[in-house]
Amino acid sequence: MTAFLIRRIGFAFVTLFAVLTLVFVIVRVVPGDPAQVILGDQASREAIEAMHERLGLNKPIVTQYAEFLGNAVKGDWGTSMVSGRPVMSEVLSVLPWTIELTLVSLVLGVVLGVPLGVWAAVRRNRFFDYVTRIASLLGLSFPAFVSAIILLFLFAIEVHWFPVISARSGSLSAWTQSITLPAINLGLISAAYITRVTRSAMLEVLSEDYVRTARAKGVPASSVVWRHALRNALIPIITVVGLYLSILIGNSVLTEIVFSRPGLGKLIVGALNQRDYTMLQGMMVIYTLAVVLVNLLVDIAYGFADPRVKLG
Amino acid sequence: MSEIVAQTAPAAPPAPASTALQATLRAFNTNKASWIGLAIFLIVVAAAIFAPLIAPHDPLDQDVLDRLKPPSTDHLLGTDYYGRDTFSRLVYGARISLVIGIVSTLIAMAAGTLIGMLAGWRGGRFDTITMQIMDMLLAFPSLILGLIIVAMLGPSIQNIIAAIALTSVPPFARIARAPTIAVKGRDFVEACRSLGFSDTRILSVHILPNIFPEILVMGSLWLANAIRTEASLAFIGLGLKPPTPTWGGMIREGFENILDSAWLAMAPGVAILIVVFALNLLGDGLRDAVDPKLKNEV
Repeated sequence: MTAFLIRRIGFAFVTLFAVLTLVFVIVRVVPGDPAQVILGDQASREAIEAMHERLGLNKPIVTQYAEFLGNAVKGDWGTSMVSGRPVMSEVLSVLPWTIELTLVSLVLGVVLGVPLGVWAAVRRNRFFDYVTRIASLLGLSFPAFVSAIILLFLFAIEVHWFPVISARSGSLSAWTQSITLPAINLGLISAAYITRVTRSAMLEVLSEDYVRTARAKGVPASSVVWRHALRNALIPIITVVGLYLSILIGNSVLTEIVFSRPGLGKLIVGALNQRDYTMLQGMMVIYTLAVVLVNLLVDIAYGFADPRVKLG
Repeated sequence: MSEIVAQTAPAAPPAPASTALQATLRAFNTNKASWIGLAIFLIVVAAAIFAPLIAPHDPLDQDVLDRLKPPSTDHLLGTDYYGRDTFSRLVYGARISLVIGIVSTLIAMAAGTLIGMLAGWRGGRFDTITMQIMDMLLAFPSLILGLIIVAMLGPSIQNIIAAIALTSVPPFARIARAPTIAVKGRDFVEACRSLGFSDTRILSVHILPNIFPEILVMGSLWLANAIRTEASLAFIGLGLKPPTPTWGGMIREGFENILDSAWLAMAPGVAILIVVFALNLLGDGLRDAVDPKLKNEV
C-alpha cells in the first residue's frame, strides 16, 4: 500500500505542476494586456507601467515563471486587485462554506443513489427499474441553476420554510436552514448520477459466476446483493463519483449563486465581474489543488475497495 | 447476452450504406425511448429553424406598457421586464442554444476522435502523454474552465464555442481510443497494412466507420452537456450580450424578478430541461444498443 500511495502522490505532484504551468501560460497567452484589462481603456501609459511593475510583468518570462511557482508553493497567491486582501485569506474565508456544501450533498447523493441503483439492478426491467431510470435521467438533465431556482421558488418564496439568502451560520438551526435547500439541490443531482452508475455496475456484477455460486451455495439473497455483489461493483462507482466531483464543483458554483450562499462560486463570479485578475489566478490554483486531492482520495479509495489495486 | 452476440458478430467493415441504416434502426428499436428523445429534439430544431414563422412577436420588441405581464392569449408565456414577449424570445433563443451546442460538439467530436484514434493507433509514449493530458482536462471542472476562458477572451459566440469545445474533447478521445486499439489488431487491418495502405487511409476508411456509432452516441450525450454549459455560462453573465435572447440569459433576467414574475425564469428553465432530457433519452437509448457490440469487439 505504501509504494502504491507514494506512486500516486508523485503523480499528483506532476499533475499539479503541469496545471500550474498551464495556468501561467493561459494567463499570459490571452490576448490583451492584463494591466490594461485591470485599469480600463482610459488608463495612462504611466499607470500601465506601474501596474506591470506591481504584477511583475516587466521581468523576464522565466523569472516570472519561477516566482509564480515559488509563490504558489509557499501559498502566496498575491493580493486581490479589488479588496486588497491576500487571495489566500479571501479563499480560506469562504472555503469551509463550499467544502461543507459539497460534502453534505455528496453524502446525500451516496445515501440515496447507491440503494436506489442496487434495487433498480435487482429489479431489472420491472416497474421500479423503469421509474428509477427515468427519474435519474431527468435528474441529471437538470441544469443545477434551474433546479435551484425551482427549489428556491417553492420552498423559500411560496412557502417560507427556508431563507431566500442561505448565508446564516452560528447556531445549529441557522446552519441547517442555510444548507438544506442548496444541499438538496446538489444532492439530488448527485444521487441521479450515482444511481445510474450503481445500477449498471451492479447489473454487470450480478451476472458474474461467483454471484451464481454464492446463490447456489445458499447465501441469503440480501447478503449476495449487498455484500458479494455491491463490494465488487464499488470500483466503477468510485471512479464515477471521482469524475463526478468535477461536475459537482461546477454545479456548486451555480447553486451558490442562486441561494446567495458564500463560497468559492460566489468568489469566482465576483472576481470575473470585477476583472480581479490575481484572484482568478488564485482560484485556478485552488480548483487544481481540489481536483488533484480528489483524484488522490479516489486512488486511495480504490486500494480499500479492491485489495488487488495495491499490488498493481 | 447470447442474442446480442449473434446479432452483431458478422458485421464486416466498412459497412455498406443499407446495413448501416438497418443497424441504426435496430439501435433505435432496442430502446424505444430514443425515438421519443429524437422526436422532441427534432421539434425543437424545427422551432429554431422556423422561428420567424412561429414567434408571434419580435423577440426584441419592447413595450413599456406591457411589462411583466402574466401569460395571456396574446403573450403565451407573459412578458419580461422590458415588455418583450417571452414565448418569442424562447423560440429565438433556441437558435443560439442549438448553434452553440451543435457547433462546439462537432468540433469536440472531430478533435477528440482524431486525438483518440492517433493515440490508440500509435501507442507508446505518444499515447501515454496524450491520454494523461486528456485525463487532466477531464478532471478539471469544465464549467470553471469554460468560465475562465470566456471571461478572459470575452463572451463572443466564437469564444463560447471554443471554450465548450475544449472542455468536451477528452471524452471523445477516450471513446475513440479503446476501439481503435481493439480494431488495430484485427485481421482486416493487418490485410490493409500488407496491401501497403497508408495510415491515414486505414484510419479514415477502415477504422473510423467501425468506431463511428459509439462516437455518435457520445455526441448526443455531450450535445446535451454543451447546451447546459452554454446556458450556465449565460446565467452567470458570460453569455451573448443582451438583448440577444439566450435561454440562460433569460433565466438570469427572470431570476431578478423571481419574487413577482416567477414564470420568466421557469419558462426558459423548462425549455433547457426538455432539450437536455430529450438528448439524454436519445443518447442513453442508443448506448444500450451500441455498448454490447463494443464489449463484444474488445
